[in-house]
Amino acid sequence: MRTVIVDYGSGNLHSAAKAFERMAAPDQHILVSDDPTEVARADRIVLPGVGAYADCRAGLMRIDGLAEAITDAVIGAGRPFLGICVGMQLMATVGEEHGETPGFGWIPGRVTAITPDDPGLKVPHMGWNDLTHCADHPVLKNVGVGAYCYFVHSFHLRTDTPDTCLAQADYGGPLTAMVGRDNMVGTQFHPEKSQAPGLHLISNFLNWKP
Amino acid sequence: MLTVRVIPCLDVKDGRVVKGVNFVDLRDAGDPVEQAKVYDAAGADELTFLDITASSDNRDTLFDVVSRTAEVAFMPLTVGGGVRKVDDIRKLLLAGADKVSINTAAVKRPDFVKEAAERFGSQCITVAIDAKSVAPGRWEIFTHGGREATGIDTVAFAEQVVSLGAGEILLTSMDRDGTKAGFNLPLTRAIADAVSVPVVASGGVGTLDHMVEGVTEGHASAVLAASIFHFGEFSIAQVKAHMAAAGVPVRPVDGGTAAA
Repeated sequence: MRTVIVDYGSGNLHSAAKAFERMAAPDQHILVSDDPTEVARADRIVLPGVGAYADCRAGLMRIDGLAEAITDAVIGAGRPFLGICVGMQLMATVGEEHGETPGFGWIPGRVTAITPDDPGLKVPHMGWNDLTHCADHPVLKNVGVGAYCYFVHSFHLRTDTPDTCLAQADYGGPLTAMVGRDNMVGTQFHPEKSQAPGLHLISNFLNWKP
Repeated sequence: MLTVRVIPCLDVKDGRVVKGVNFVDLRDAGDPVEQAKVYDAAGADELTFLDITASSDNRDTLFDVVSRTAEVAFMPLTVGGGVRKVDDIRKLLLAGADKVSINTAAVKRPDFVKEAAERFGSQCITVAIDAKSVAPGRWEIFTHGGREATGIDTVAFAEQVVSLGAGEILLTSMDRDGTKAGFNLPLTRAIADAVSVPVVASGGVGTLDHMVEGVTEGHASAVLAASIFHFGEFSIAQVKAHMAAAGVPVRPVDGGTAAA
């Protein structure tokens, strides 16, 4: 079993890789790669991402054949996919950060600026927040409502289809914490930085058979 | 609900902890990685390493420490000290840091903050500001551990670096640092109310009430302390229990998951 963490120049893959290695079974190999061939061969795909939506999209497109390899694996071959932070936001139809930028379009919706009802709330939404709503989903097993997860973001994914929103948190209004459908999930929070609940989620993903 | 972060800070020199916890059961109490593991288990919300290595020849020891920490502590790690170039930030992020704090280099050339935020994203750029009172309601930026005055107004500088892309401000009161007299609350509040991004209060914590005041009166989003943790005066759990009792939202030390 090979899980590829896609390296397209966005952020710290070291800590993400270490968290996946920690939770991987002996027969599960964790690989960090920007090679479309490796993505095509992978049994599972993780797309991390930090920074601005438009920059991440540009970074992804800069590597010839990478976005196509991800699409083929996830949509064509139905391999399990986990997007993290901007990697999750890229699952949406379009992002509004630094101009309108198309995403993969797997989750109908837009990535829009967080605008808390309370003007005293800071943006970025940074720190540990608890999940207020969770769908019954294998990747959320033993995580659930009340689990504190680490967030750092200024935009979030507003889904057009409520059934694709798998978890929410509250920050002057509901925030999308996790999305998914079929063989794909994405978390706005960083499971690799969320201690016990995050490591549970990673383990659930590595063992998920959608 | 978003919780207030409690952040222990470790001073690291030549890859070793200078000011750190006196845990008797550690194999090597001078190893920052061992201490990071303890804080991870204790329910700290983040960890900050401040590198005070004088010689740039020994910077590689820091990258090694950061890399080994990322293997054992699954919480956010901020690293600061001696960050002067975009390449310094890149190396720290690649080693496993989640945020990098910029201090003197931001004062010398504020556009460095912009370059860093554009390259890596605001979420991983913290600007560390060291401020001293110079008149009632006026605070000036100091560099070089509080020895060099700059003439720069702290509120104006904080607003400037946030407009350039800083995602967080780590604010240290040089008047209070090491005094255990509590945070400089008027300073903390002035900055926290002036900027849109989270402010981490630092410098002067001596009691559990000080941690509460930093949030309720200083309007900080996070509180950072060094000596009260390192000398074993208070545990993370004690700090959080006290803050919770005072009505400040904190993350339970068990992470809040049923399975933890």
